[in-house]
Amino acid sequence: MNALVADLRAVLGERRVKTGPSELSLYRKDSSNMAGSTSVVCLPETTAEVQACVRIANRHGVPFVPRGSGTGLSGGAVPLDDAVVIATSKMDAITSIDAVNRTAWVQPGVLNLDLSKRTAHLGLHFAPDPSSQQTCSIGGNVANNSGGPHCLADGVTASHILGVEVVLPDGTVTVLGGEDPEPDGLDLRGVFVGSEGMLGITTSVCVKLTQDPPGVKTMLMDFATVEDGAATVSGIIAAGIVPAAVEMMDQLCLGAVEAYIHAGLPVDAAAALLVEVVGLPEGLDAEVERIMEIAREHRVGSVRVARDEAERALLWKGRKSAFGAIARIKPNYYLHDTVVPRAKLPEVLTKIYEIAARHELDVLNVFHAGDGNLHPLLVYDAREPGTAERVHLAGEEIVRASVDAGGVLSGEHGIGLEKRDYMPMMFSDIDLDAQQALRRAFDPHGCSNPGKVLPSPAACGDIHSVPEGAWI
Amino acid sequence: MDLSEFANDIGDERPVSIAGMGTRGGPVDGVHTVMAPSGVEWVQPDEMTVRCGAGTPLDELDAALAVHGQSVAIPPSGTVGGALAVGQSGIRRLGYGPVRDVLLQAQYVDARARVVKAGGPTVKNVSGFDLCRLLVGSRGTLGFLGDVILRTRPRAGFEQWFTTDADPFELFPKLYRPTSVLWDGHQTWVLLEGHERDVTGQATRHGLHAGEPPAALPSGGRWSLPPSELHELVGSGSFVAEIGVGIVHHEHPAPVKPVDAAVVELHRRLKHEFDPTGRLNPGVELVPSA
Ligand SMILES: Cc1cc2nc3c(=O)[nH]c(=O)nc-3n(C[C@H](O)[C@H](O)[C@H](O)COP(=O)(O)OP(=O)(O)OC[C@H]3O[C@@H](n4cnc5c(N)ncnc54)[C@H](O)[C@@H]3O)c2cc1C
Ligand SMILES: Cc1cc2nc3c(=O)[nH]c(=O)nc-3n(C[C@H](O)[C@H](O)[C@H](O)COP(=O)(O)OP(=O)(O)OC[C@H]3O[C@@H](n4cnc5c(N)ncnc54)[C@H](O)[C@@H]3O)c2cc1C
Repeated sequence: MNALVADLRAVLGERRVKTGPSELSLYRKDSSNMAGSTSVVCLPETTAEVQACVRIANRHGVPFVPRGSGTGLSGGAVPLDDAVVIATSKMDAITSIDAVNRTAWVQPGVLNLDLSKRTAHLGLHFAPDPSSQQTCSIGGNVANNSGGPHCLADGVTASHILGVEVVLPDGTVTVLGGEDPEPDGLDLRGVFVGSEGMLGITTSVCVKLTQDPPGVKTMLMDFATVEDGAATVSGIIAAGIVPAAVEMMDQLCLGAVEAYIHAGLPVDAAAALLVEVVGLPEGLDAEVERIMEIAREHRVGSVRVARDEAERALLWKGRKSAFGAIARIKPNYYLHDTVVPRAKLPEVLTKIYEIAARHELDVLNVFHAGDGNLHPLLVYDAREPGTAERVHLAGEEIVRASVDAGGVLSGEHGIGLEKRDYMPMMFSDIDLDAQQALRRAFDPHGCSNPGKVLPSPAACGDIHSVPEGAWI
Repeated sequence: MDLSEFANDIGDERPVSIAGMGTRGGPVDGVHTVMAPSGVEWVQPDEMTVRCGAGTPLDELDAALAVHGQSVAIPPSGTVGGALAVGQSGIRRLGYGPVRDVLLQAQYVDARARVVKAGGPTVKNVSGFDLCRLLVGSRGTLGFLGDVILRTRPRAGFEQWFTTDADPFELFPKLYRPTSVLWDGHQTWVLLEGHERDVTGQATRHGLHAGEPPAALPSGGRWSLPPSELHELVGSGSFVAEIGVGIVHHEHPAPVKPVDAAVVELHRRLKHEFDPTGRLNPGVELVPSA
């Protein structure tokens, strides 16, 4: 047993410091298709234990990687160069809930959906709702500034985080932000959210809880062209309505999902929109009416308004089953995540179909249309030789097409390893320099999750290898 | 927007300050002062975004957005850049969210007179570190904002202020998404927005009377408290507190709160990284130095 492991075991005991080959192989990857290497995995249960792990890693000159549930799709929690994995999944207590002021302090390992379940009796929920909400952790949500279908009206994770207790990369514990609305100084809490584990480890989070809406209306609308669907989305927003969610599925996706769940989806349509509005009764009815009017202006086919909670759940199940349905087409998929201005959705979607066709791949689109947040799913069979390379090339072209259309590299999955080397598509050397400056201020030696996000990583001890399967 | 002239004016050697319209403190005295470019470049109502020079007066921005039935969640008066640099929200923060959620992309000039881009042009974006959050509230100490893309929001169809003697701490959880709830220890003011019948319906249900917002807010100090501590304000002097938010407009200056040494150290390092010679808004300190 090496000295690093011995030191960690002295603090966490035998059981919570893992070095067995099967466990190490589990923690080498997240839910992307990239894998790295680690020699030890720690499962701390308190802030002091996280601090001790960080200090021990520092003392041994080894980088460390914070990890939540490992559902990340951009390789953010993939350890490079035998980094120590510090997983906060055992820190899963809800410490306090203030029902009147709608805040709660929670540990980072709390699962997203569990938080909303635990506050449901108070008529409150945590608004960010990634499709992975049953399994992803609040700590991971904070680090990735995660989104979800209902972030259109309520904003992404950053808008719902008031404060974070953090262990900084040098092992210091402090609180950034907090329950008071304008803490003195810079918004350090704000920069920590979305920092992908590179500014330290969060050990406690103060979240904002959102009041459940008094009423909900959910509609499914179908269109003969993607353009009509997209124009309807823009029309709704321009009319001053910000629905709680606007999701789009294209024809291939509708077909796959319908065959899977039989929800009565319009399989002949080029695109379907799932639109949800929430609020008080009069405003709700007026919005539904206006949305239908706008849809008619754009030649909507049929409109189905969910009559009850059961039908509403069925429509949402259609949206959320897309990943499961895909397995019926081809065994593998690669999910992309870019954002384009809403007005450019039809143009970029057309390009995506062209790109996929050129690389002889099938592509399904199911995405957050209200935000312009695309999720092209390239489906393929990895056993066919050369396919992975084609998927990679097509993916890069899709990212470029999105940025060229005035969009951005990622809307919710983050940069991680996956898009690290795409950062120059969006940022100049000078822009990236400024991001490095932020990183250096928090982590002068570059030991917290090195090798992610920034294309020329300042590494802990100057080690930076590329993991197997990494598309960077 | 071409910011080269602005960058030139800022230069890369002598101390330099930046002025908005003097509504929020003004530039540092006695050093070369610059002003940010002004003017609304475009409004994209169906993207909920607007692009303008940081020197644009907020009135001008508001007028450009009003045409499209939209607004930005920044309190009025002064320039866009000054308001962002100070980062204080208005009394509608409960409903509209803080100023820091408004800035999507910034082009700013750094201490070496380089034009730097932070953030992205779309409402949703997680591409790299969120430097926009660092710039909002940084009071011109890390860079000077030249050009910004902001998130807009639809203007409400109907809005009405109400007054009541009800205990705000009991009233607040019963209301659905009020835009503002203010309290001076005796009286409560509520701003509701939305469909007219929903607004009046809520008012009737909770015994609110149509009225005017508080005439003037005490301006001796701006306190920032956890909202759960607001009921302890009674007896501290005259105040108007934002229920559910925690900002208190008070006749007395805000009590000095200790800042954790690690947070002070992070400020020092950030200033050192972004402005090693301390030439941008010299003397402006965001937290007491160590
Ligand atoms: C089927 C599926 C659907 C998904 N749908 C969505 C979606 O709709 N929207 C969306 O935004 N994402 C989605 N995701 C991606 C993923 O679930 C989110 O990014 C999630 O927030 C990751 O949380 P996690 O706990 O799994 O984090 P991990 O994958 O463990 O880690 C993610 C990043 O966070 C860092 N991190 C984790 N914990 C901490 C901590 N305590 N302190 C500091 N840094 C930390 C890691 O270093 C890493 O960089 C989906 C994933 C899957 C598999
Ligand atoms: C060229 C010039 C002409 C002037 N003309 C007049 C005049 O005609 N009449 C008169 O009475 N006064 C005039 N003044 C003085 C000026 O209006 C006052 O000094 C006023 O206090 C400056 O506004 P402000 O910085 O407080 O803006 P605020 O908006 O109050 O700025 C607040 C804070 O934000 C910072 N800041 C502002 N903009 C930015 C930005 N874009 N990026 C980063 N930080 C920013 C400021 O440095 C300050 O720290 C003039 C000043 C100048 C430089």
